[in-house]
Amino acid sequence: MIRLRNIRKSYKTGYNQLEVLKGIDLDIESGAFTSIMGSSGSGKSTLLNIIGILDEYDQGDYLLDGKMIKGLSQTEAAQYRNQFIGFVFQSFNLLPFKTAQENVALPLYYQKIDRKKRQALALEYLDMVGLADWAEHLPNQLSGGQQQRVAIARALITQPKVILADEPTGALDSATSYDVMELFKKVNREGMTVIIVTHENDIAAMTHRIIRLRDGVIESGAAAVSANS
Amino acid sequence: MVDRDTWQEIMSTVKKHKLRTGLTALGVFWGIFMLVFVLGMGKGLENGVFRGFGERAKNVMYVWPERTSQPYRGFQPGRRPQLRLEDITAIRQNIREVQFIAPRLSIGAQPVYHQDIGDRYEIRGELEDMIRIEALQLHQGRYINALDIENSRKVAILGKRTAEVLFGEKDCIGEYIRIKGVEFRVAGVFGPLQIKPWTEDDLEAIVIPLTTMYRTFGTGERVDYFVCSAAPDVRVSTIEPQVKALLKKRHHVAPDDPQGIGGFNLEAEYQSIVNLFGGIRAFLWFVGIGTLLAGIVGVSNIMLITVKERTKEIGIRKAMGATPGSIINMILAESIAITSVSGYLGLIAGTFIIGGINYLMMANNLEPDNFYNPQVNPSVGLGAIVLLILAGAAAGFIPAMQAARVNPVAALKDE
Repeated sequence: MIRLRNIRKSYKTGYNQLEVLKGIDLDIESGAFTSIMGSSGSGKSTLLNIIGILDEYDQGDYLLDGKMIKGLSQTEAAQYRNQFIGFVFQSFNLLPFKTAQENVALPLYYQKIDRKKRQALALEYLDMVGLADWAEHLPNQLSGGQQQRVAIARALITQPKVILADEPTGALDSATSYDVMELFKKVNREGMTVIIVTHENDIAAMTHRIIRLRDGVIESGAAAVSANS
Repeated sequence: MVDRDTWQEIMSTVKKHKLRTGLTALGVFWGIFMLVFVLGMGKGLENGVFRGFGERAKNVMYVWPERTSQPYRGFQPGRRPQLRLEDITAIRQNIREVQFIAPRLSIGAQPVYHQDIGDRYEIRGELEDMIRIEALQLHQGRYINALDIENSRKVAILGKRTAEVLFGEKDCIGEYIRIKGVEFRVAGVFGPLQIKPWTEDDLEAIVIPLTTMYRTFGTGERVDYFVCSAAPDVRVSTIEPQVKALLKKRHHVAPDDPQGIGGFNLEAEYQSIVNLFGGIRAFLWFVGIGTLLAGIVGVSNIMLITVKERTKEIGIRKAMGATPGSIINMILAESIAITSVSGYLGLIAGTFIIGGINYLMMANNLEPDNFYNPQVNPSVGLGAIVLLILAGAAAGFIPAMQAARVNPVAALKDE
C-alpha cells in the first residue's frame, strides 16, 4: 500500500539546512495496523505529512497504492488527499460552526457529491462510531472522545486507502483513549490500513507493528511483520 | 459557484462577527448610497436647468429682417427687407438640414371679445409648425392645421390665461370670439411649457392662421420673423449662416453686410451648459467612486483579517481535500456577498430617497427654479451593481490568494 524509498527531507532554518528525514525506507502493506513512535524532533510528524501528501519530500520515491506521489500540483495533491487519505488529528480539528453531521460530510463536499447524499452518508458513518444521536450537535457540545470519533467518521467517509492519525489520543484521558483505540481496531479489522503516530507506549502496543524513528532514520520496525501475528 | 454550503460558510462568519461585518458593510453601503444620491441630485439640477432652458431651444434659430448697413445693387443702406411666406418655400427647397420653419406675424393689443367680456390681446399669425418648435404645449383642442391655412379659416387658438379671462371655467372649444369685430371659432388652448417671466406673452396671445391674418386684417403678406429648427442630427449653428445667406440673396442684401438679416441661436449657450453638467457629472462620479473605493478597501482589510483568523480552518479544509481553487472561491464568494448585499441596500436607499424627494416635490407642487425631477438613471443602477460585483471580487482577491497559499502543515500544527 505504502512504499517509501530513501525519502529525504530538509528544512531551511536561516542559513542552515536542517535535515529531518535522512533516507527512510519503509513498506506498509494493505490492511496493516501500524504505529510510528519517536521523540519530538525525530521526524515522525514530517514523515506522516509526507505520507499524507500534505508536505513534499526532497529525494526518494513514494508510491501510494502503486501511484507515484511526486511533483504534484497543489490541486492534484488536494484531490489525492481527498481520495486516498483520511486524517485524524490530536486536536480533532472539527469545524466549530458545523454540526457533527456536516463535519463528517465535509470531504464529500470536495468530491462534489450532492448534499442530500452527503448528509445521508454522514449519518451512516456517525452511526458506525455510535454518535447518530449527536448528529445535530456542534463540536463544542461534544466531549473530547466524541469529537475524536466524529473526526474518525469524517476520515472514513471517503473510503480512503489509509487512515493517518497524528497523536489521536494525545488530548484524551486514558479511558477515552482506549475507546478511541478500540474504534481504530474495529476499523482495521474491517480491512482499513491505519497508521498512528504516538509517543505513548501503551497506545503503540495496541498496534500490530511499531516503527521507531530517531534523528530522521528508522531505528527499528523497518521490516514488515505479517498482520495479526 | 455559490451553493448552499458556501452560503452557510458566509452566514456563519458573518454571524460570528456581526459588528465587524456590519461596519465593513456600512462603508460599501455609504459609498453606493452617496454615488446614487449625488448623481440623482445632480440629475435633478440638470433637469431643472434644461427645463428652464426649454427642451427644444437647443436646435432652434430665429431670423428677422433689420435695416441694411451697406449699399448693394443700387439699393441704399438703411433699407429694411421684408420677409415673406415664399422665403419659407425657398428655404425648404434649398436647405435640407432644416426640419421645421415657422413664421410669425404679430399685431399687438387688438380688442377681443366673447359676448361682452373682452380685453386687448396680441394676435399672432402662424403656420401649423410653431408648436413643434417653440416651447409651447397644447392644453385643449388642437393647434392650427394645414386646412385652416389653405382655406384661411377663421379659427383661433387662445393662450391659457386669455381663455380663462374670456370663458372662465366654461369649455371654450367651438365657442366664438370677436377679434376687431370679426368672428373666430375657438379651436384650442395653448400655453408655454414652463411659466417664466419671458413666457408670459405665450399665456395671453391668440394664434390665428397667417393666411387669415393677411385677408382679414390687411397686414400685407409679410412675416416678422422665422423660427427654424435643425434636423435632429444637425447642429443649428451650421444651418444659421446658410439660412441667412439665402435670405440675403433673395432680399438683395450685401452678402458681407453684418446687418440686413438678423439671426440668433442658443446652441453655444446650450453647449456650454451641457459641458458644465458633463463636468459636474464627472466630478460627482469621481467623488462617489472615491467613497466607494474607501468602502472596498475596508472590505479587503476585513477579509484579510478573516483569512488570518481562519488559517486553521483553511488548513483543515485543505487536509480534507479542498483545492486552492475552492478556497479562492470561498473567500471571493464571501467578499462579493458582503459588498453586493450592502451595496444593493445602498442602491435601494439612494433610489428610495431620490424617489421620495421627487414624490414630495410633485405632491406639494414645489417647483424651485433650477431643480426638477431628480432621478436615478437605470443605467446608473445597473452600472452600480456591476461595479459592486467587480468591487467585491477586487476586495476579495488579495485575501483569497493569501488563503489559497495557506500551508496546511503549518496551519494544523498543534500549539
